[in-house]
Amino acid sequence: MDHLGFIAAVYGVTFAVITALVVRTVLQGRELASKVADKDKPWT
Amino acid sequence: MEAQTFTARVATPTTRLVGAMSLVSMAWVVIGGLIVTPKDVNQGDAVRIMYVHVPTAWVAYLAFIVTAVASACWLLSRKHSMGFDRVAGASAEVGVIFMAMTLLSGSLWGRITWGTFWAWDPRLTTTAFLLVTYIGYLAVRGLGGSLEQRARRSAVIALLAVLEIPLVHFSVLMWRSLHQKASVLSGDGDIKMDGSMLTTLLIGVIGFTMTFAWLVLHRQRVLAMQDAMQMTQLDAALRERANENATESTDRVEGLK
Repeated sequence: MDHLGFIAAVYGVTFAVITALVVRTVLQGRELASKVADKDKPWT
Repeated sequence: MEAQTFTARVATPTTRLVGAMSLVSMAWVVIGGLIVTPKDVNQGDAVRIMYVHVPTAWVAYLAFIVTAVASACWLLSRKHSMGFDRVAGASAEVGVIFMAMTLLSGSLWGRITWGTFWAWDPRLTTTAFLLVTYIGYLAVRGLGGSLEQRARRSAVIALLAVLEIPLVHFSVLMWRSLHQKASVLSGDGDIKMDGSMLTTLLIGVIGFTMTFAWLVLHRQRVLAMQDAMQMTQLDAALRERANENATESTDRVEGLK
């Protein structure tokens, strides 16, 4: 494959950033959910 | 008095379904984009960057439009539901990240096809300007004040900032640009793309949109909990202050006796 480094960089960075964002959101959500009462969480 | 319950759960069956669908679509983007689809006649393997670059750009546009729509809903609704404001904020956060990824992937693609990482081209420049505008929007959201103040000032900015999107999208038509014109949404209905390439691109757009939906749903719940915590802390501080005042008054009365 030509330009493998560039293509791998694009795919690698994109999916790494999305994964990091998902993990951060889940961890932040779990931490806050244990401190906030269910009455303030309409989805529960 | 009823005891408060604390469920450490942010996901719901809907968000789990959206998450699963986005995972499957993303897996197809990687397999389809890197293995299944053919090389482009002109660009060779560099075209594989398109399967990531185009969907991230689409999601960034979508995110900023969602921010503007939610902001308009907040301004126009009688109740001024803070849910609208949180969706606007969550969507802008996700949009900024996807816009930055679009610029990065475009820059690497540009190095291959144009021989340079960056050029002060109309599309690139307006996109960078759009990114900076929404970073400013997020900065304004982070300023102090009440939730109402945050919602009002950020809603006004969101409604002005969204006007930049047509400028970015049509910049390749309005000015001479290095960036190619739209291949799929060209207006004449003639799509000059191989079937597997088009399928992978569309699945990429759907998959990234699903990811966006999952992120916004979760982020706005995180913001809701942060707002609830802030209000609880404010209530506690006010109660503490009221108790201090009451104690001081009692002491003063005791002193007078």
